[in-house]
Amino acid sequence: MKKLLISPAPHLHGKERTQRLMLDVIIALIPACLVSIYFMGLCALSVFAVSIATCLAVEYVIQRFLIKGPSTISDFSALLTAILLALNLPPTSPWWMVVIGAVVAIGIAKMTFGGLGNNLFNPALVGRVVLLISFPVLMTNWEVPASIFRSGADAFTGATPLGIIQEELAKGLTIGQIQEMYDFSFWHLLWGKIEGSMGEASALALLLGFFYLLIRRVIRPYIPITILVTIAAFTGILWWINPQQYADPLFHLLTGGVLLGAIFMATDYVTSPMNPKGMVIFGVGIGVITVLIRVFGAYPEGVSFAILIMNATVPLLNMYCKPKRFGEVITK
Amino acid sequence: MSKTFSMGGVHPHDNKISANIAIEPFPLPAIAAISLAQHIGAPATPVVQKGDFVRVGQLIGKATGFVSANVHASVSGTVKSVEPFVDATGALSMTIFIETQGDEWIEGIDRSSQIVSNITLPGPEIIKKITECGIVGLGGATFPTHVKLSPPPGKKATCLILNGAECEPFLTSDYRIMVEFGEEVLTGARLMMRALDVQKCYVGIEENKPQAIQKMVDLSKRFLGTEVVVLKKKYPQGGEKQLIDAIIKRQTPSLGLPVDVGAVVQNVGTALAVYEAVQKNKPLIDKVITVTGFQLNEQRNFRVRIGTPLSQLIDAVGGIPENTAKLVLGGPMMGKSIAHQEAPVAKASSALLFLSEKETKRHSEGPCIRCAKCVEVCPMRLECYLLYKLGKANRYEELEQNRIYDCIECGCCMYGCPANIPLLDMVRLKKGEVLKIMKNR
Amino acid sequence: MTPIFIFTVVILSALGVFFAVVLYFVAQKFKVIEDPRIDDVTAVLPGANCGGCGFAGCRAFAEKCVAADSLDGLFCPVGGNTVMGVTAQILGKTAPEKAPMVAVLRCGGAKDKRELTNRYDGLASCAVAATLYDGNTACRYGCLMLGDCVHACAFDALQIDSESGMPIVDDTKCTACRACVRSCPKSLVELRNMGPKRRRVYVSCQNKEKGATARKACKATCIGCGKCVKVCTFEAITLENNLAYINDQKCKLCRKCVGECPTGSIIEVHFPERKEASLQVEQNLFTTP
Repeated sequence: MKKLLISPAPHLHGKERTQRLMLDVIIALIPACLVSIYFMGLCALSVFAVSIATCLAVEYVIQRFLIKGPSTISDFSALLTAILLALNLPPTSPWWMVVIGAVVAIGIAKMTFGGLGNNLFNPALVGRVVLLISFPVLMTNWEVPASIFRSGADAFTGATPLGIIQEELAKGLTIGQIQEMYDFSFWHLLWGKIEGSMGEASALALLLGFFYLLIRRVIRPYIPITILVTIAAFTGILWWINPQQYADPLFHLLTGGVLLGAIFMATDYVTSPMNPKGMVIFGVGIGVITVLIRVFGAYPEGVSFAILIMNATVPLLNMYCKPKRFGEVITK
Repeated sequence: MSKTFSMGGVHPHDNKISANIAIEPFPLPAIAAISLAQHIGAPATPVVQKGDFVRVGQLIGKATGFVSANVHASVSGTVKSVEPFVDATGALSMTIFIETQGDEWIEGIDRSSQIVSNITLPGPEIIKKITECGIVGLGGATFPTHVKLSPPPGKKATCLILNGAECEPFLTSDYRIMVEFGEEVLTGARLMMRALDVQKCYVGIEENKPQAIQKMVDLSKRFLGTEVVVLKKKYPQGGEKQLIDAIIKRQTPSLGLPVDVGAVVQNVGTALAVYEAVQKNKPLIDKVITVTGFQLNEQRNFRVRIGTPLSQLIDAVGGIPENTAKLVLGGPMMGKSIAHQEAPVAKASSALLFLSEKETKRHSEGPCIRCAKCVEVCPMRLECYLLYKLGKANRYEELEQNRIYDCIECGCCMYGCPANIPLLDMVRLKKGEVLKIMKNR
Repeated sequence: MTPIFIFTVVILSALGVFFAVVLYFVAQKFKVIEDPRIDDVTAVLPGANCGGCGFAGCRAFAEKCVAADSLDGLFCPVGGNTVMGVTAQILGKTAPEKAPMVAVLRCGGAKDKRELTNRYDGLASCAVAATLYDGNTACRYGCLMLGDCVHACAFDALQIDSESGMPIVDDTKCTACRACVRSCPKSLVELRNMGPKRRRVYVSCQNKEKGATARKACKATCIGCGKCVKVCTFEAITLENNLAYINDQKCKLCRKCVGECPTGSIIEVHFPERKEASLQVEQNLFTTP
C-alpha cells in the first residue's frame, strides 16, 4: 500500500480550475466569434487562425526557451488572449499585422511581466492599441469583401458608426442629419452591424456571452454594469443638453467596443480590481474616460484606451478599496 | 426561509453517508491512553501514580488554573505509566496509560437511560458541576465549557445558541446525538441557560438534517424559550461567529468574544455532556465518533471511551481499505490528517474519516490569476491572496493591518481557489506569528 | 500668439516659484539631523541587510554602533573582523575579535538513511510541516527536507542536494548570519567554529530517543553509545539525553571519534584522505591484546 498522505486542512478541494475558468470565457465568446465569421466570412476565420497560432507559438517559445519553465499553453490563457485580440481587430487585417499584434500581446504585455497573473495591462488590448497607433488607417477604415454567407453588395467601404459620427460632426452636420444618411437604428445595432472590429459585429452575441459568464459565476456583474451605466448616464446628460451635437446613450452603448470591452476585456481577472468597491470605481473610470475620448478626443473610439488607463490604477484600487470585513461594524 | 451567515462560504457535497446508522457503544480498549492536554489551556496535573487502581469516572488529572479542564479515567484498571505520548499529529503530551480490568464505575454515577429532566441546582452550582466533570467544547475547539459559561465581568449573555449545524461534510455524530438524545440535549441546554441566566435558546440545524429538525421542533414545544432555527446548507455554518450571524444577525467584532454580541454558542454534543454531568454525575469519559468514508463497507457511529487507540477503531471497520490515501481525525475541512494510528481518541475527536487519493490529493499549484474567489468565499472577508503574498514576504505589519488574526481557518479559500494555491497553509502559519507579535506588545 | 506666449511663461514661472517655496519650507520642517558617521559606517557594512547582527538592517546596526559606548556585543558576522576593524577605526572604538563561524546542519538522515512513513502534501515549507506533524520519517527530530533554510539564506550558501534530499552548506559562501538557524523549526542548524583550513568535526544528529528507537528510525542516528566520549582525550564530547555533542571550543580535530562511531553519525569535513589513519586503526587492532 502507498504511504498515507499528511497535509494541512482542508482535505477536500473544489472543482474550479484555472483552465476551466478560461474555457468558460472562451465558450462565452463563441457566439460573438460565430457571428463575426457569419458576417465577414473567410477573412475573419483567417484572422482567428493567425492570431491563435501566433499567440500560442509566442507563449510556448518564451516559456520554454527564455523562462525555461514548463509549457503553460494548457491553461488556455494564451488561447483566450488570441481570441480576444482577433475580436478586437478588423476582419480585413493583413496577416502580418495580426502577427505583430499577437507578438506584442503575449510577448510584451504578458510574458515580460512574468506570464499569467502578473501582467499589469490586458494583453489583447495592448496588442490592439499598439496596432491602432501604428496602423490607424488599416485599423479603422477598410474594404469589406462579400461574404460567402451574404449576398448583395459585393464590396463596400466600412467605417465604424463612431468614426462616421465624428467625421460628419466635424463637417458641421447635426446628429439628426447624420442619422438620415446612415442606418443607425436600434435593431440594426443590436442584431449585427458589420462596420467595426470583428467582436463588435453583434451586441446580442456579446450579451449572450455575458449571461453565460454570470450564470457560471465566472465574473461578477459589478464592472460591466458600472461601465454601461456610467456611459449611459454621461452620454445621456450630454444628449439632454444638446441632442443635435451629441448622440443618444443607446447609440453609444451599442456601438464600438463598449460591450466587448465591458464584458470581456475590463473583467479580465488579472487586470481588474479584486473587491467590489474597487470594481465600481474601475468601471466608473472606464465609462468616463471612454466618453471623454469619444466625444472630446481625437479618436472616435476610446474603450481600449480607457481600460488600459484604468488597468494602471488597479494595484492602487486593490490597496485602498478593502472589502468590508466580518465584524467590522457591530450590529445591535 | 432558511437563514444563513452573511458573507462567503462554500458548498461542498455533504456526503452524510453514515447519517442513518445508530450510535453503538464501542468495546473497551485493552489499554486506554488518556492525555492530560485534551483541551485549550494549561494541561491538567496528574493525581494518580503508576500502580494505582482507578475506576471509571475517577479524577486522574486535575485542572491547573481557570482555563484548564479536569481529566477522568474512562476505564477501570491499573495505571501502567504516566509518560509523554503522541496524539494523532505526533505532538507529545503527558499521558496516563490505564490497563483495563473489568468495568467498575465510581459511586454516584447514574448509568440508567432514564431522563432526569427536573433541574434542582442553581446556576453557580451547575457551572461548578461542569467544571468538576471536565466538560469542554466538543465541536472541535475543546475550549473548557465552564469558562464559556462564565462571561467576563461587565458582559452579559442574552441567549444561548446550540450548534447543531454540523456543516462539515461526512460528519454525523451531532446529527445522531440530536436524533437519539434530543431530550437530553435540550435539558443540557436548559441547564446552561440557567447557568448563564438567559431565557432564550436557539438550536441551529442545517436543512439537510430533516429528521433532527423534526425531532427538535417536536421537543422544543415542551422546552420553554427554545426555538429551532433551520439553516441553509453552507460551510462554515457551524463556525461560532457565522452561526451567531446566521441566527441573530449580529457580527461578533474582530478579536471580540461572542458574548460581546450577547451570545454563547455550545455544541449539541457539549449539551449532552453537560446534561450527563449535572443530572447524572457522569464526567466526560466518552465521545460519539463517526467512522466513515466511501471506501468502507460499513459506516459507523460509535460511542467510544476516551483513550481508545484510533487503530482499534480502524480495525473495527475492517482495517484501512486499499485505496485509502489519507486518514483524517475530524471533518474533511478542518480536521487533522492522522500521522500516528496508535494515538488515542481525545475529547476533541469527532470523526475518523477515510479519504481516497482522488478525493483528497492536492492538485498542482498554478499562478494566482487574481480572480478574487478566495475573497468571495472567505466568511470573514479577508483577502487571502494578499495574506498569502505578504506572508511569503514575511511582511508582518501589513499582515496585521489586513487582519490576518481574524482568520477562522475554515479552509474555504483553498477549497475555492482555481489555481490550487496553498493559501491556508501560509495564512495559518503567519497568523500564529502575528498573534505572537501582538501578544508581546 | 504673443499674449498666449507671455501668459504661459508667467504662469509656469509663478508655479515654479510657488512650488520651490513650498518645497523649501517642507524640507526645513522635516529636516532630520543625524550623525554623519552613521553614513560612514553604513558604507563600510556589507549592505546585505540580512539581520545577522540582530538588527533590522545594516543601517540600524550602524546607528547602534555609533550610539553605543563600546562595540562589545555588536558584531557583523558577514563582514567579520575586517569590517568591524574599519568600523572601530571610524568610531575610535575597539572592536572585539571573533573566530569565523559556519552553519552546520546537524542531521545526517539522508533519503537512503531513513524510511519515509508518510507523504507530505502541503505547502513546501518546513515551518508548515512542523506545525502539522512530527516528521515524514519515524525520527521526530530530523530534517524535514523542505528547504526553509535554503530560502532563508540571502547568500546562496545552502542548496538542497538532490541525491540525499538534505540541505548542504557551502562554507565558502556562508557568512554565519544565523538566518538559517532561525528558520529551522527543528533547530537542526548550528553555528560552529569554521576551524583551521575549514576543517571541523561534529555529531550530525539531534535524535534524543533511546538508541534502539533511534536506530529503527534512521541508519545515521547517534545512538548514544558513548564510545566517542571514551575515545576523546580532550573531554570535548559530552553525552546527554542519548545524544553526543562535540564542543567546538575543546575539540582538537584529532578525528579519533569519527572512526569510533558505529553509525557514522560523526562527520569530518575538509580533512585530507585518511590513509594513515586507517592504517593506524589497523595497527591499534593488532597491538591491543
